[in-house]
Amino acid sequence: MRDLLAIPVILLAVVLQSSIVSRIPLLSGNADLPLVILAAWALQEGVETAWHWAVSAGLMIGFVSGIPMFVPLAAYLLVVIMARLLQRRVWQAPLLAMFGITFIGTLFLHIFSFVALRLNGAALPIVNTLGLLTLPSILLNMLLAIPVYAIMRDLAHWMYPAAEFE
Amino acid sequence: MRNNFSRALQTTIIFLVVGGVIALALGGYFSSASNVFTGSLVNLQTWLSSRFIAVQEFLTAPRDVASLRQRNAELEAEVSELQAQVIQLQQRVGETEILAALVDFSRANPDNTYKAAEVIGRDPSPFLHYVIINRGSNDGILRGMPVVTDQGLVGRVDAVIADAARVQLITDPASNVNVRLENAQTDASLVGSVTGDLELELIPQETNVEAGDLVLTSGLGGGYPPDLIVGQVVNIRARDFDLFQQATVQPVVDFNRLQIILVIVNFTPVDIGPLFPTP
Repeated sequence: MRDLLAIPVILLAVVLQSSIVSRIPLLSGNADLPLVILAAWALQEGVETAWHWAVSAGLMIGFVSGIPMFVPLAAYLLVVIMARLLQRRVWQAPLLAMFGITFIGTLFLHIFSFVALRLNGAALPIVNTLGLLTLPSILLNMLLAIPVYAIMRDLAHWMYPAAEFE
Repeated sequence: MRNNFSRALQTTIIFLVVGGVIALALGGYFSSASNVFTGSLVNLQTWLSSRFIAVQEFLTAPRDVASLRQRNAELEAEVSELQAQVIQLQQRVGETEILAALVDFSRANPDNTYKAAEVIGRDPSPFLHYVIINRGSNDGILRGMPVVTDQGLVGRVDAVIADAARVQLITDPASNVNVRLENAQTDASLVGSVTGDLELELIPQETNVEAGDLVLTSGLGGGYPPDLIVGQVVNIRARDFDLFQQATVQPVVDFNRLQIILVIVNFTPVDIGPLFPTP
């Protein structure tokens, strides 16, 4: 049952991402709601289903987007790996960990996207990509990180009651 | 008998006295005294009236405030509802204007068959310039079909599912459209960029290109039908040591405000890939 929660939540996130978040650009970049949700979910103590969430999000984004499917899949799995590693080390400052993972996760997602599209022949100057896409996207993801973390913490407490955290 | 007489006399005398006093008063003989009296009376009545009104207001005010608040809430709700209706109607008017323009465009270009579709989303990745439309293979949409608006070329269908399709915009970094410059009578290649700007490449050095030149699809390569308007040349970069000139193109379509588009469903793109020798 808990594993299945990933599907509606990620589906909703992908729909919101495509219909709303992608239409609110900063320069040429925009926020990545599924990535931020994944980072926030994977950082919650007691959560064991983050891997399912990453795979679901990667497949759904890969299906909707024109970007090669392995790009979001690899980036989201990397986000979960980092979050699980950081969760035990920076447990006293979860927001700091959230910001760190959001920053690095966005960076890796953009690096993967950049490499994949360059290999496919797209003209992507690295300076423009960094200045107009990656940095604004990181900023937007950081702004999104705080409310999303609060929502996912509540969701995690609801799905995994306090007794299971102990 | 005597008593009755004396009582009637008393009454008559009293009436006469009172009548006399009234007559004297009306004649103005008691004006100063009557002024004092009536003034006091008026003052008393004014005071009583004002106190009564104050008490009445005190007693009835809470009920009025409550009813006014209720009425205010009702009116506010009504205003909100009307504002929502106004917004909906404005949206309808906007859609109708767009559809009317598209109908005019399709009438002006009767050679093509169009299928109108609504833009329902954008690509989640900021690297790509794609939009998602609410028409798919169930509506006869196929991969490679060109997409236009009444203003000009938008892109082409990149992927299709039953009820939706993904359209690659000409501003996408991976997009490449063969175009011709109307005034210069030369062909060139139009490529998108990560910022959404359009660049003209492969313009021969000897070609005289000027700002304002109209850019149309050439139809070469079989990817797009010919003579679809793309945009206008904004500025040209010609350097002696380059093989080709370059130019920036201002698209005629506002890609940030795409709402309804037309898919040209009777155009079959030609795949010329097999014609190129593989290494």
